[in-house]
Amino acid sequence: MSIATERADRRRRSGEEPSEPPRRRPPTTPPVVSAGNTAPGFLRRNWRSLAIAGLAAFWLVLWAAQRGTQTLELGGADKTEVHLWLNNVRNSFDAARNDSPFFAYVVQPITDGINGLVTFLQHLFSQASAGRPVPEVGWLGLVVLLVWLAFAFAGVRSMLLVGVFVLLFGFFGYWRESIDTLIVTFVAVGLSTVVGLPLGIWMSRSRRASAAVTPVLDVMQTLPSFAYLAPLALVFGIGPAVAIVATIIYALPPLVRITEHGIRTVSPTTLEAVTSMGSTSWQTLAKAQLPMARRTIVVGINQCTMAALSMATISALINGPGLGIPVVQALQSLDVGSAFVSGLAIVLMAIMLDRTTTAASERSSIAARIQRGSGASRNGILGGQRRRRMIILAGAVVTAAAIYLSHNFLAFAKFPSSPDLGGPLGKAVSSLTSWFVGTFAGLTGWLKESVTALLVNPLESLLAQSPWWATGLVLLGLAFVLAGRRAAVITLACEAVILGTGLWNESMKTLATTLVATAVVVLVAICLGVWMGRNKLADSVIRPVLDAFQTIPSFVYLVPALALFGPTRFTAIVAAFAYGVPIATKLVADGIRGVSPVTIEATESMGTTPWQMVSKVQLPMARSAVVLAANQGLLYVLSMVVVGGLVGGGGLGYLVVAGFSQSQLFGKGLAAGIAITALGVMLDRITQHAAARFGSPR
Amino acid sequence: MKKPSRYLASRAGKSTLAALAISAVLGLTACGGDIGASASGGGSKSNCGTFNIAVNPWVGYEADAHVVGTVAKEKLGCTVNYKTLKEEVAWQGFGSGDVDTVLENWGHPDLTEKYIKQQKTAVDAGPTGNTGVIGWYVPPWMAKQYPDITDSKNLNKYADLFKTSESGGQGQLLDGDPSFVTNDDALVKNLGLNFKVVYAGSEPALIQAFRQAEQNKTPLIGYFYEPQWFLAEVPLVKVNLPAYTEGCDADAAKVACDYPKYDLNKIASTKFANSGSPAYSLLKNFKWTNQDQNTVAGYIARDNMSADAAAKKWIDANPDKVAAWLK
Repeated sequence: MSIATERADRRRRSGEEPSEPPRRRPPTTPPVVSAGNTAPGFLRRNWRSLAIAGLAAFWLVLWAAQRGTQTLELGGADKTEVHLWLNNVRNSFDAARNDSPFFAYVVQPITDGINGLVTFLQHLFSQASAGRPVPEVGWLGLVVLLVWLAFAFAGVRSMLLVGVFVLLFGFFGYWRESIDTLIVTFVAVGLSTVVGLPLGIWMSRSRRASAAVTPVLDVMQTLPSFAYLAPLALVFGIGPAVAIVATIIYALPPLVRITEHGIRTVSPTTLEAVTSMGSTSWQTLAKAQLPMARRTIVVGINQCTMAALSMATISALINGPGLGIPVVQALQSLDVGSAFVSGLAIVLMAIMLDRTTTAASERSSIAARIQRGSGASRNGILGGQRRRRMIILAGAVVTAAAIYLSHNFLAFAKFPSSPDLGGPLGKAVSSLTSWFVGTFAGLTGWLKESVTALLVNPLESLLAQSPWWATGLVLLGLAFVLAGRRAAVITLACEAVILGTGLWNESMKTLATTLVATAVVVLVAICLGVWMGRNKLADSVIRPVLDAFQTIPSFVYLVPALALFGPTRFTAIVAAFAYGVPIATKLVADGIRGVSPVTIEATESMGTTPWQMVSKVQLPMARSAVVLAANQGLLYVLSMVVVGGLVGGGGLGYLVVAGFSQSQLFGKGLAAGIAITALGVMLDRITQHAAARFGSPR
Repeated sequence: MKKPSRYLASRAGKSTLAALAISAVLGLTACGGDIGASASGGGSKSNCGTFNIAVNPWVGYEADAHVVGTVAKEKLGCTVNYKTLKEEVAWQGFGSGDVDTVLENWGHPDLTEKYIKQQKTAVDAGPTGNTGVIGWYVPPWMAKQYPDITDSKNLNKYADLFKTSESGGQGQLLDGDPSFVTNDDALVKNLGLNFKVVYAGSEPALIQAFRQAEQNKTPLIGYFYEPQWFLAEVPLVKVNLPAYTEGCDADAAKVACDYPKYDLNKIASTKFANSGSPAYSLLKNFKWTNQDQNTVAGYIARDNMSADAAAKKWIDANPDKVAAWLK
């Protein structure tokens, strides 16, 4: 509290100072400097740059000489042996469905269990239950129940937020879909937390567990959601169960990773102190690591919730209930207005869940502190506690009454159809969009053409039109030079997998799009993140926007992006950008904020300019956060590239989409999913090893 | 250790309280209130139960689905669920009971073989009365300015016109949703055309592209199909591919001929067909013309009516046709 205000004060003061132009210090010599200016010394010091230059030259020469040969291009309808084999696997899988014990005793109970749970909640809250035209609990009962729960767990502000937002869902015309989404998200996040928190804790305490699980998480995160929708539907049938499973696969990794990261980064000094007091490792975990990592773990749960929400929408493609359905329908009719309104409902839901969970966790830590606290203040607060408890009890009575009314009276059961906010809002957005598209067609066209011509096409030509072995060797070389031997080995393995899928050419096209989008994401994330990390006001303004962008299901902004840019790779880049920037920016901002205030004060006392503060102190000290941001941005971009396949993104993304919807291309689509995963693991490993080498200041 | 557990206990207490409140209240019988009455009113109408209609991603299909669904709901008292699914995925729902019917099936010999003949989870429920055409189309201004463009043999001559930033030096052939029935990748290759297939991603994207091409007089060639309301707004001109002969499209990778004419039909799950539901006899009897479908699809896509309102408008205007389905 006091630290925060102090820091804010300092910032204000430093803002008043006339900002001098940044003074550049001469570039610092690398710490390894030993020999003089002799030639071997020069070579040794700069071998990396030289090697990169050599590789680039090798690549360019081969590209110029052999462009278009041995590119391994595969026609759209052509299939390799691997693809046909995967088709056959699918067929025999399908045939085994009825008489395999695995299906009868493992898959079927899971499917039935999840379907049963979701259907039970739906009958309770959102859909007509047996013999009734309405659910057991109508809108009034549910609104009052949610409001009451928000008050009990999170306080008055959350209560108001929940009340207003839940009513808005109804007035937008998406009552049933919103409650369905809440149910699916609730079930998915619940199951994810049950699995993810223990897993994250385990990984933070055991290097071996971490090493074993991390690749699995990589695979889960880099598998494009569409790629596993089709196989999952094969296993679990279509419906709520598959939606929940898909959502968990998608939402679990950020929770596990961030939990692990949070516990691992608890200051070693503190841990030493705790251990030296003779705590057992269990006590260390419960009393020091978990409480100190609480802020980060809450971020993890938030991320999990956001991911769950956005995936719950995509799962509408396999009949997952919820707000995804109107979004998908709006896409089919390119109805920007409806897409906007249903997307807005999702965003409001995200904000609601985000704020409420955060408030609830803050309250819980306050409650814990009160119990530790002493004397007068304790009595005062406890008096408030008693009053609160009375209100909660009274609220329970009101809730029960509301549920009773909404169970028995149609007016309180069926959400009123007026006032209708959704209809007019949708119309306004539609006409605004068509005005915008009509007015700025020249500008958007120019932007699209120039980015494509200057960035995407040259890079794609270099990657995909060079002979495959040349590109493969160069990537391998770069991995070795930048990230070391282990990364090179993994790169080689991933390249072998990609070659095996028979989709080398398409993979390189996807790589080009991904690299361009990631570069833009990282650039923007650093600029925004530094600003947010240094300025609380900027943070409080930008963060909700980022939250919103992160939870808008990709489909929703595909609609306006498509309207603006048409079906092109650039549209896919825009979508990937919009998807990757929020998480990367948040990570950078948190990293900048996490730089020790003591260091900052010390540096400030030496009279540094803001520019020096950022470039010499904050960014270097937050380097590991920046690298994590780049890494996450890359993975998010890659996963979005698939959705780009829906809007002309081409490459692997299109193949996954096609395989999902064309029976004879199933195998090819699955192979494309595997290739994307290999690509993702390769990029992830290279960035992580490079980070370990150049990154951490420790 | 005690402190968090006490906190957890209070949290669990609240949840238990909530659960108790719900179950206690729901346990009360509906003494007073108006819901019991309306429920029995709905129940006495019929024994239809639920009717799960898959909705594939084009607006013509949506028109079929909502017209049949609205009739089932209002005349037969069914609880109708619309499930937005792609073609292939929808067929997977027959076996599990998630999908009762696919209302507009475009051929799909492989799916027919697998689900109707082998797995026997689905049955053919007869034609919809619609005739389907798939092909390559150009905007009318191009057909006027380049009369010979409507023969696929001349397309290479014009390939340069169709170049875009996406087609890598070749002409662009714009396709629709990747889930649509298409041989275009194979056709381009096997007819030796200097073109590249680029996917617009959806029916509206295709429509938008064609609309802009006609408005701005820009070149465009793309995949399109009938029945289609948009052809009334912009009468696109079909390009002639080498004529279709029986079996010329047997091998998907070697196709070098036009698409066949499709007699669109309805598919139902075997379970649903044997259930004796009145909705199944409605489904079997449902039949209308391309014109009818285009009318409803136009209400939805051009006039921005909700699918239900569009269906209702058509049903109110065509009581005879609807009556024939209910016999």
